[in-house]
Amino acid sequence: MGEPGALSPKQLEENFCKDIHPPLNLNQASIEASRCYFCYDAPCIKACPTEINIPSFIRKISTGNLKGAAIDILSENIFGGACARVCPVETLCEEGCVRNTAEDKPVAIGLLQRHATDWLFEKKIQPFERKNLKQKRIAVVGAGPAGLSCAHRLAVLGYDVIVFEAKKKLGGLNEYGLAPYKMVNDFAQKEIAFILEVGGIKVELEKEFGRDFSMAELRKEFEAVFLGVGLSGVNALKLESENMPGVLNAVDFISDLRQTKNLSAVALGKRVVVIGGGSTAIDIAVESKRLGASSVTLVYRRGFSEMKATSVEIEFAQNNGVLIETWARAKKLIGNSKGISSVEFERTQSGSSEIFTLPCDTLFKAIGQILIPEKLGDVKEFLEITNGRILVNDERRTTLKNVFAGGDCVNGGKLTVVSVQDGKVAAEAIHKELS
Amino acid sequence: MADLTCKIAGVKSPNPFWLASAPPTDKAYNVIRAFKAGWGGVVWKTLGEDPPVVNVSSRYGAVEYNGQRMMGFNNIELISDRPLALNLEEIKAVKKEWPDRALIVSLMVPCNELSWKNILKKVEETNADGVELNFGCPHGMSERGMGSAVGQVPEYIEMVTRWCKTHTQMPVFVKLTPNISDIRKPARAAKAGGADAISLINTINSITRVDLDQMAPEPVVDGKGTHGGYCGPAVKPIALNMVSEISRDPATRGMAISGIGGISNWRDAAEFMALGSTSVQVCTAAMHYGFKIVDDMIEGLSHWMDEKKYRKLSDFVGAATPNTTDWQYLNLNFKTIAKIDQTKCIGCGLCYIACEDTSHQSISVKAQNRKNIFEVIEEECVGCNLCAHVCPVQDCITMIPQESKKPYLNWTEHPNNPQSKI
Repeated sequence: MGEPGALSPKQLEENFCKDIHPPLNLNQASIEASRCYFCYDAPCIKACPTEINIPSFIRKISTGNLKGAAIDILSENIFGGACARVCPVETLCEEGCVRNTAEDKPVAIGLLQRHATDWLFEKKIQPFERKNLKQKRIAVVGAGPAGLSCAHRLAVLGYDVIVFEAKKKLGGLNEYGLAPYKMVNDFAQKEIAFILEVGGIKVELEKEFGRDFSMAELRKEFEAVFLGVGLSGVNALKLESENMPGVLNAVDFISDLRQTKNLSAVALGKRVVVIGGGSTAIDIAVESKRLGASSVTLVYRRGFSEMKATSVEIEFAQNNGVLIETWARAKKLIGNSKGISSVEFERTQSGSSEIFTLPCDTLFKAIGQILIPEKLGDVKEFLEITNGRILVNDERRTTLKNVFAGGDCVNGGKLTVVSVQDGKVAAEAIHKELS
Repeated sequence: MADLTCKIAGVKSPNPFWLASAPPTDKAYNVIRAFKAGWGGVVWKTLGEDPPVVNVSSRYGAVEYNGQRMMGFNNIELISDRPLALNLEEIKAVKKEWPDRALIVSLMVPCNELSWKNILKKVEETNADGVELNFGCPHGMSERGMGSAVGQVPEYIEMVTRWCKTHTQMPVFVKLTPNISDIRKPARAAKAGGADAISLINTINSITRVDLDQMAPEPVVDGKGTHGGYCGPAVKPIALNMVSEISRDPATRGMAISGIGGISNWRDAAEFMALGSTSVQVCTAAMHYGFKIVDDMIEGLSHWMDEKKYRKLSDFVGAATPNTTDWQYLNLNFKTIAKIDQTKCIGCGLCYIACEDTSHQSISVKAQNRKNIFEVIEEECVGCNLCAHVCPVQDCITMIPQESKKPYLNWTEHPNNPQSKI
């Protein structure tokens, strides 16, 4: 590992604490809102996993009804503030926008969503209240977007919710998995405070499956259980010497970096290689570059169009000086007990036998996460888990009565907005079940 | 290259674009800037008798629509608040310096012959090209028996016009107020009084918006507001109709008209001219963007005339008048049907919902590859144009006139008409 301190504290702050997509000011928001056509059966709504009524909230922004706009958003997606910042809108709502067809420039839906929700948070308005209190207790395991979305909807519907979270802080990947420049000023915690403000949600931190409670106990004590436990494992390259110093899991580094109070103290090598093609790979590559690595090369086994990262994310990485090498697979890790010194790659296109070597002192693995059933106590005795996913139906019901699940643990790792929808849908299904 | 020179009521200008009597023409400084920018003429802001009027602070209200500023605009400013002698001195100097531009002086004095006689004499000494009688302002001055208070009474219009024609050799333009039910009456009165031309429209009585915090209409003057004169793009349709009413009225047909009302560009100007205006007057657009807009007005009109092979303005002035008629003479056997160009359709569905909710349910929707396809149900379409208007894509929905085997048939001949002659 290299030495910390390649960049000045001021530069590091600029690199990590500055919003990459600054909010719209009032004037920009008003101009942008006026671009919305208020479509009938709008494609943007269908493209949003949480089905926010986008034309409605944009119209409300344009009339100055910002409170109504924010309520439109938050009643479908309680993480509307986070999603406005982190959603790859170019593949969701903004891809659906009809303005793409005629002029190749969609309405900036994400930024407008942020404009409305920021306004509500700044005004400290709490638009939700609990009604028809039911004296029924529901357990939510995991305080990520899926779990908290479920908890909030249940609380609003009148249920008492206990949220169990293994980590020290709430938020899941919103707190531990995001690149800092995507969500600045501790927004994740502010948003969670807003979510909990509605009442009826009790939080139990640092409580783990197996160690502190079991599935059997939860079933006994609670009317229903929602599992939003995420993915605890990381895929391996399955190469020799994968444990040598300098070979790291991207998610762990991202998490540590997010929690660090002193960016100058973060140690990172000078030459970084990242293996993977999704958002995590992009994040770790850009973060490495922004921490001061002199070269960062992202290597993906297939082509650009097969990457899970969106074109906007790829461009963002390239603009940050990340080199991207496609159609190559790591074949051999080279180094010694002191650490890695290079990686040997082979081409994956048929017919090519090229072998090339990239020197590096840090190798990040960002090739996906998996569910490790063993880490979930007795869960696997009750639930069907296939291909590293908890099996659920459309209502997010598991194979066990009154046990629901959502988020990464049922889909193998998708977007925040998908997890939020899972939690919301599950909450409604629980409500239906218990009514 | 088209010839844009303009001659109306004997007054010549290098182009038909004049600035209307209003704040932009209040003093020499502005007028000279306007002439330098290329405006063909100005109507100097209305002069009155001394002592000058006093204006309030906070004078304009505006209507913004979907991000477009000043779609409509109103003012509660009165006539010139500068001493009469100063205005006259400046008018004389400007006319001397800019002899090729039209310089008309707008006037508003109390409704007695002596007041008009006196001020006309003073204006004549400036060598201005003509006068425009301000019978239009709907705010402030009307409370004192001037402006629209005169313009709303045809007999007064005729009387004052006749006084002016008696006491001056200068061409007399009469500026009409639209705050009246039938614009033809004041126009006929102006003609009867001997007017050389009419200018219209003056501003429309209005309240642009209410400040919901102060609970007062805008512009708010120390907690209170009043009605003001409405102008800007929003009033253009009203002005066009009034111009056309006068130009096709047999009693006033052929009368010289200086068209006013929301003219912002060459195309607006051409429309006013097509309905019978010889020159046009502009105010709000200049107040919004500055005098430079005249560049495109001149160039745009000229290029359009070249394209249409109009060599001079008179080639198309009034050209749309014969095609402006009463509803009862429209052909009831004419049929047009909407057509949606699927290659241009972006799938916004505005045509569908407009037709479905508010018209004739003549557009169908069906989902195809996760995209909505909208199609016109031709048998149901009445050819109302609503879909074409709401469609945000240029030329995506067009109206296609249908071939008809039926002959021209208007309401006067229709069997459903109880008064039908047939």
